[in-house]
Amino acid sequence: MKLDAKIPTGPIQQKWDSHRFNLKLISPANKRKYHIIVVGTGLAGASAAASLGELGYDVTVLCIQDSPRRAHSIAAQGGINAATNYANDGDSVWRLFYDTVKGGDFRAREANVYRLAQVSANIIDQCVAQGVPFAREYGGLLEMRSFGGTQVSRTFYARGQTGQQLLLGAYQALMRQVEKGKVTVHPRREMLDLVMVNGQARGIIVRNLITGELETYAGHAVVLATGGYGNVYYLSTNAINSNETAIWRCYKKGAAFANPCFTQIHPTCIPVSGAYQSKLTLMSESLRNDGRVWVPKNKGDKRPPLEIPEAERDYYLERKYPSFGNLVPRDIASRNAKDVCDAGRGVGETGLAVYLDFAETIEREGVEYVKDKYGNLFDMYERITGENGYVTPMRIYPAIHYTMGGLWVDYDLMSTIPGLFVLGEANFSDHGANRLGASALMQGLADGYFIIPYTIGNYLATTAATATATDSAEFTQALQEVKSRVGRLLSIRGKRTPRDFHREIGRVMWDHVGMARNERSLKHAIEELRRIRSEFWQDLLVPADEDLNKNLEFAGRVADYVELGELLALDALQRKESCGGHFREESQTPEGEALRDDENFTYAAAWEFAGENAMPTLHKEPLTFEHVPLTQRSYK
Amino acid sequence: MSSDRMTLRLKIWRQTDANSPGKLVQYTLNDVSKHMSFLEMLDVLNEDLIRKGERPVEFDSDCREGICGTCGMVINGMAHGPLDGTTVCQLHMRHFQDGDTITIEPWRSRAFPILRDLVVDRGSFDRIIAAGGYVSVDTGGAPDANSVPISKISVDSAMDAAACIACGACVAACPNGSAALFTAAKITHLSHLPQGQVERRERALNMVAQMDAEGFGNCSNHGECEAVCPKNISIRVIARMRREYLRGLVVR
Repeated sequence: MKLDAKIPTGPIQQKWDSHRFNLKLISPANKRKYHIIVVGTGLAGASAAASLGELGYDVTVLCIQDSPRRAHSIAAQGGINAATNYANDGDSVWRLFYDTVKGGDFRAREANVYRLAQVSANIIDQCVAQGVPFAREYGGLLEMRSFGGTQVSRTFYARGQTGQQLLLGAYQALMRQVEKGKVTVHPRREMLDLVMVNGQARGIIVRNLITGELETYAGHAVVLATGGYGNVYYLSTNAINSNETAIWRCYKKGAAFANPCFTQIHPTCIPVSGAYQSKLTLMSESLRNDGRVWVPKNKGDKRPPLEIPEAERDYYLERKYPSFGNLVPRDIASRNAKDVCDAGRGVGETGLAVYLDFAETIEREGVEYVKDKYGNLFDMYERITGENGYVTPMRIYPAIHYTMGGLWVDYDLMSTIPGLFVLGEANFSDHGANRLGASALMQGLADGYFIIPYTIGNYLATTAATATATDSAEFTQALQEVKSRVGRLLSIRGKRTPRDFHREIGRVMWDHVGMARNERSLKHAIEELRRIRSEFWQDLLVPADEDLNKNLEFAGRVADYVELGELLALDALQRKESCGGHFREESQTPEGEALRDDENFTYAAAWEFAGENAMPTLHKEPLTFEHVPLTQRSYK
Repeated sequence: MSSDRMTLRLKIWRQTDANSPGKLVQYTLNDVSKHMSFLEMLDVLNEDLIRKGERPVEFDSDCREGICGTCGMVINGMAHGPLDGTTVCQLHMRHFQDGDTITIEPWRSRAFPILRDLVVDRGSFDRIIAAGGYVSVDTGGAPDANSVPISKISVDSAMDAAACIACGACVAACPNGSAALFTAAKITHLSHLPQGQVERRERALNMVAQMDAEGFGNCSNHGECEAVCPKNISIRVIARMRREYLRGLVVR
């Protein structure tokens, strides 16, 4: 396998423009002869499918939910970044580019990030034209806010439901193409394999989640927009059905998987309350603007928070990071919460939580001030925990939130399999080792609205327009493989449910491949995952029904999670530096902060599947930083 | 057993598919924690059923944070259960008492065929949106986002309606099985914005026609939809839809 990122030559500002000119075009009359399969209908998938339909391609869209409108992009709260400089505060394409490369801890591709910043303003234009109700000032112009510690106001938002409104904009554009007959949508379908013909992606096998039948779809290209793999940790802020199976199946068909160890943990989630917990809920980290994080000074202090006197509290973020205090970046806030809990100073029934206390702000500014700013979050907290955050401090704990890693793609967003394109969180492209707040929505829509419509044409122009028949030998074989795999899951008839295995995998991942990793913990995790994997295939119990059977769906995903978890740990093991969301305990400064190793690790790690139970092959895409000088972060 | 543990009697609707008759089946569930969400309580029940070799209760859910609109069931006669402005995934068991009997049924409407147990087909909602719930702009060529100022009042009103999550509780709660709140929410959202003006007439006529074609009932102002809406969408949007529809009939 040879990794060729195909980054255009020339100055960074002109790469995308000159590349667009060099891309081959398909005449309007011929576009309808090309059939494109889009899997997933989040921001990336829905925007891509709608835009490709508008161009005249014949598009088939599949999604796992009962409607394309329910993809998990819908849950994004905060906002979407764009370099419009409407705020007149010094923002520019260059600054957004710079912030994103730096925020990604210098593990992203400069050329891709620059392009992302370049098209960011077009996204806002497009969404407004669709009727997305972004927040506005009294004069009628768009309102922006500063988000995630940036010094400019470049984040556009629609109350706390930005993801919802952007997704509905893309979904509506998609449904318009459905009405026009350009796009066909098949909901409640799960992709279970990729079909390749002559080394090119030419179709997929899906399971109809209502009837249980396996269906085949053929096309000239396959676009994956199936999201991230955060649920490998079992508990995350992802949706219940968010899963990795589509990208994992493609990995096993030869698509390189890049930087799986780059996972993001969000510090302000509502803690786990018991073994039955099915997911974690995130609260906007804007809470840290006015809330103070603390734990008792003394180990095992189980008094209720209000009975712990001021002198016996440790406001550890303020103590350790006097200049940033409670506003240190996500990874630092998360890691410190873990440290104090590991030291036996965690709070709540489980001891896996820290306090987020608004008492001082309420005393200084009044309770109305807090209600105005964060009322909806306090309501949400009370709905879930039954506790009143105005009276007793909230309890928070970090949770897995986003995965920066994903299938490796070149500048055209094509994976190492020709004809397989990967968009949004499912690819690895733009966020490096750490994603900035409000940048996920930007990337998903940039990929779907403004990149894939150009780059896919270049690929298709070099492909024969002849259709692949779904009764070809390649389809028959792939179908047979999927059928036997599903049959195998059903036939084990053991004692443990898919959820039970998933929970165990999640615990191993969280404890040993979580917020802090070291060689010993990673090796231990790999051993544990191998053990779970073999137990899974011997002791799985799923209901026997071959039609609508959600536990059978879960089982297939869990079978893939245990494998993906191992690759994640393997990647974390080879990356002996700390960077972004990846903290290796062996690589830290004397003060205990993350220490990058640019000399040895300035590359994207792309893994190639080498067969079941074989060590995958590591390929390195070197990263060069010509425009943003490599620097270490400091928040002291 | 500590005090936050409960025993519940559950009566759950079981049905194989749209063409088979269904029935309420009774289950007893012990050791339910008050901190569980309602869906987690059902997860626990299902784990028990699987281990016993029985078919689990199928129900839809996804984000489990009240925004995707996937989950929905009628709990003791109330769509999404007893808590105001809350989807069933955010309803927690502390709102129930030890020894309670809880009846759980799917959304019931001619236009939402039952697929299994509590899982229904809401494809009719997608077809209503496809009939006109959008602004016809292709990607590219959009004018600068700040070129058309929109008053804060307009955009706030648009956002109030746009908050709809298409869960279908409005339909389930309506004695007529009407989708008026859902359809009106989208018509209202776009009618408040300058971008929505060009197609305003066709949008109202076509979406209402599709709503009728799907077999939803008519609205007769019961207001049940507003009472159960997890996003607190006001019934005023239905009044606005009627005006938009009339306007569409009259204005050329």
